[in-house]
Amino acid sequence: MKKTPLYEKHVALNAKIIDFGGWAMPVQYTNVIDEHKTTRTAATLFDICHMGEITVRGSQALDLLQLALTRNLQTQETGQIKLSALLTENGGIIDDLTVYKLAPDYYMLVTNATTCDRDWQWINALRKAREFDCTLENISDKTGKLDLQGPSACKILRTLTNCDLNNLQYYHFTELTLLGKPAIISRSGYTGEDGFEIYAPAAIIGDIWDRILTEGIIFGLKPAGLGARDTLRLEAGMLLNGQDMMEDVTPLEVPYGWLIDLDKEFIGAETLKALKLSGLKKKMVGLEVTGRGIARHGYKVFLGDREIGIVTSGTFAPTLNKAIGLAFVDIDCSAPDTEITIAIRDSRAPAKIVKLPFYKRNRLKTEG
Amino acid sequence: MSKPNPQDRKYSRDHEWARDENDGTATIGITDYAQEMLTDIVFVELPPVGKKVAQGAPVAVVESVKSVSDVYSPVSGEVIAVNSQLEDDPALVNQDAFGDGWIVRMRLEKPAEFGALLDAAAYELLISEEKH
Repeated sequence: MKKTPLYEKHVALNAKIIDFGGWAMPVQYTNVIDEHKTTRTAATLFDICHMGEITVRGSQALDLLQLALTRNLQTQETGQIKLSALLTENGGIIDDLTVYKLAPDYYMLVTNATTCDRDWQWINALRKAREFDCTLENISDKTGKLDLQGPSACKILRTLTNCDLNNLQYYHFTELTLLGKPAIISRSGYTGEDGFEIYAPAAIIGDIWDRILTEGIIFGLKPAGLGARDTLRLEAGMLLNGQDMMEDVTPLEVPYGWLIDLDKEFIGAETLKALKLSGLKKKMVGLEVTGRGIARHGYKVFLGDREIGIVTSGTFAPTLNKAIGLAFVDIDCSAPDTEITIAIRDSRAPAKIVKLPFYKRNRLKTEG
Repeated sequence: MSKPNPQDRKYSRDHEWARDENDGTATIGITDYAQEMLTDIVFVELPPVGKKVAQGAPVAVVESVKSVSDVYSPVSGEVIAVNSQLEDDPALVNQDAFGDGWIVRMRLEKPAEFGALLDAAAYELLISEEKH
């Protein structure tokens, strides 16, 4: 298994380590509920070094990304992030990734860990085929990434930098110096809470990790693992590539319609236009188990006796204190408040379709 | 660290305990080591009273936030009571696996099965091997 630069620190902290797409990653340090609730009420620090970073640089960097990605990046400002999808010709989702605009001819793509190589090959092949004047570099191995998330995240991070983080807007980033090295901090994350994603050279990411954990103690900060990351993102209604969608799913079927700008040309656009005309058959919805039990990935969904779909993500939601999930269901059964059942072992648990997200933070809770 | 494994009961290799109540019945639960491995238990599925279960067959299900685990019955018999407190408070298994976190009570069908289960010392040896 691949290890991040922080692996030994996780072992020393007594973390439970799991195989996540070929990476040895901490799933929890204490327990998922504690780490989850700490993120919602104070702050937590996640090792996200396994995710991929690819830079695109050159006079036609934007042209390449406009063709490769679903989102129209024409209006993106330097210092702004855009979430976008990378599709096959058939409109299937290869990856959902964030695009950091570093300069008009310089971008950083942040990819999922398990899809980074695939993204890299796909975008590079496109660059070659269309002879775009730009160069790609996979900087994943030399780039460390930490997510600091929670209402106290800003206060904690301010102990490491004089940078004006208070005025850093959501989905924007700033380039700065951290521990004497160049770094990027963005106000973003995967928890539904205020917070930051921090990128710095792999060589110093361990020092930053230690500094944040030390400075954060008085704010109640704890390290958190992928277990809490998963329950937090699900409460916030965020999707997990490879679990909620594979390459046979289009952005129209999941809550990613807003990532699609059909007024520009991009790979997969023609299929999506045709699909829009012919109509969708399946749609992803949120569900809440109203009876007893917990919906899990792969469980079947029923409307009466009719099998209408399958659960893609399901968990006990610690903040909401109930079982929630995402499911693909037949489009005619996808309206909110539809009463359904979930097959859990040899019984059926009553559930209902609900609007996403399950959890929305109270913005007043964020401490500047 | 796990709590000590009480001497008054026997253990299975799947980390369940069974205590002979000396009236033809046994109380069954999971060990403290097991709850520690599972961490935050958020749901326990209990069997219907009257269900007959063979030794080694699933008798209940415990779910943590991330996992779903069968509880295998260490003995054969009929379920005569379930700990319905766990329906509202599944974390009792975390807090007191050997006491208030018990799961079912069974009428023993083959009392001789008890003899083949591990005693506390043998069970401790098993978990110390698993830890390394």
